[in-house]
Amino acid sequence: MIKFNKVFMAYPKGSLALKDASFHIKKSEFIFLTGHSGAGKSTVLRLIYAEHQPTSGEVRVSGYHTTGISSRETSKLRRRLGIVFQDFRLLVDRTTEENVAFALEVTGTRRGVIGPKVMRVLTQVGLAGKARSYPGQLSGGEQQRVAIARALVNDPFVLIADEPTGNLDQRAARGVFQLLQDINTNGTAVVLATHNLDLVRRANYRNIELQDGEIVFDSGNDTREDMDE
Amino acid sequence: MRLIFREVFLSFRRTPSLSALSIITIAFALFVVGLFGLVAVNLRLALADIEERVEIVMYLRRGTPRAAAVAARADIRSFPEVESVEYVTADAALERARSELVEFRDVFGDLVTNPLPASLEIRLKPGFRDGQNVALVAQRLTGFRFTDDVRFGREWIAKLDRLRDITAAIGLFVGAAFALASVIIIGTTIRMAVIQRASEIAIMRLVGATDGFIRRPFLLEGAIKGALGGLAAVALNFAAHQAVNRTLIETSFFSDAQAGLIVLFGTLLGLLASALSVRKHLRQV
Ligand SMILES: Nc1ncnc2c1ncn2[C@@H]1O[C@H](COP(=O)(O)OP(=O)(O)O)[C@@H](O)[C@H]1O
Ligand SMILES: [Mg+2]
Repeated sequence: MIKFNKVFMAYPKGSLALKDASFHIKKSEFIFLTGHSGAGKSTVLRLIYAEHQPTSGEVRVSGYHTTGISSRETSKLRRRLGIVFQDFRLLVDRTTEENVAFALEVTGTRRGVIGPKVMRVLTQVGLAGKARSYPGQLSGGEQQRVAIARALVNDPFVLIADEPTGNLDQRAARGVFQLLQDINTNGTAVVLATHNLDLVRRANYRNIELQDGEIVFDSGNDTREDMDE
Repeated sequence: MRLIFREVFLSFRRTPSLSALSIITIAFALFVVGLFGLVAVNLRLALADIEERVEIVMYLRRGTPRAAAVAARADIRSFPEVESVEYVTADAALERARSELVEFRDVFGDLVTNPLPASLEIRLKPGFRDGQNVALVAQRLTGFRFTDDVRFGREWIAKLDRLRDITAAIGLFVGAAFALASVIIIGTTIRMAVIQRASEIAIMRLVGATDGFIRRPFLLEGAIKGALGGLAAVALNFAAHQAVNRTLIETSFFSDAQAGLIVLFGTLLGLLASALSVRKHLRQV
């Protein structure tokens, strides 16, 4: 489903951010991507959502080779992914429901189905009561839930989260983590980049650990399964 | 489509001063171009008026038989450059002199013999009233056996040509300069709009909006601003035209098609400027 094969990634004016990374993320899997700041976690995620292309090696996501991918194909790929960040990236001049609806509007969803879809995901993240609130009126944990709702509204096969709890206190962080677990239980794969070890200890999910751009540990690595698909 | 119009409307509402500024700058740029256009239009009309009077006079030798003159007239009429040929007999020339030069009526009246020669007056077709063609036709006329003299104000026609060339050149230059200025101004306002909406654009990208979709509202915005600027420019030009008419001289205004062309030009300018700017600045978001 997501497959890295001997991936190297060098930024234009930087050293290698990722060295010889190979792994395979399966359908409905929950993965921790851990490592210190600068280890290469965000780089791995950016390669998945085709923000960057590998310098060498190959990245395959849901049948797309991201090397040389066109901008049109990138759009198509991203409609199948959900992405959330540490800083939420909400539009501050739009309400909760407008922020979520935005993701549907700009991808050409029929107007009639937008309302019900938005309400469904807002209910799922527990924010149906705050549909008309603006981001400024919400707590950090609530804002991240809005961002997650927006990521979910296009029914992605995988949710990619880059330090989603980095700006949250422990209580809010645990709430968001619980939400991600629930989402995974419903069949959506989750790739969670974090250096919050509290979360990593709370669940026994596969953990890929990076250090200076190298995978130094992968609790679920199975090279035989890498071969198929 | 409705969504795009909503986005455009929102962008006007979110940045009213920026939007107004770009419309005003486009309007002003096109207003100045339009002013020049008005001058050119009126100059062209005046020139056409003068050119209308450009003619070649071929004086005939004394004693040229009427039949020869008539035959020559038919011959000259068949020149591709020639619109009309008028045969003015010596008597007719005298008659005309008497009526036109009132002061000398007595002098002419006393004449025993007519001192004026007969002539053929040749008028060229509109496209051939420039110095080069006039000289060419005149050259050909000297070839007739009974031609005494050919007159055609060579200097004068050449000056007219040069004036028209200079007018056209200045028009092109000023027009291009202002077009460039408005492209830069529109480009800058679009750039500011792109920067202002950077977070929106980043999110659009993230959730899988296509580049075309992201670009469209900016292009539409540029086109609408250009069209509004063009309309404002036409209105300003009309006001200027009215003011000149009231205080100075009677002038002509643009035809509807020319006014439409200014609006169309503004629209295309807005579209072009935003296309260039969006293409360049979306990459940086
Ligand atoms: N846009 C960039 N340009 C140049 N170097 C970058 C860029 N982004 C990240 N890097 C470098 O790549 C390495 C990995 O960064 P990143 O993937 O962001 O790490 P993490 O997310 O684990 O903190 C770091 O050394 C960082 O400085
Ligand atoms: Mg990071």
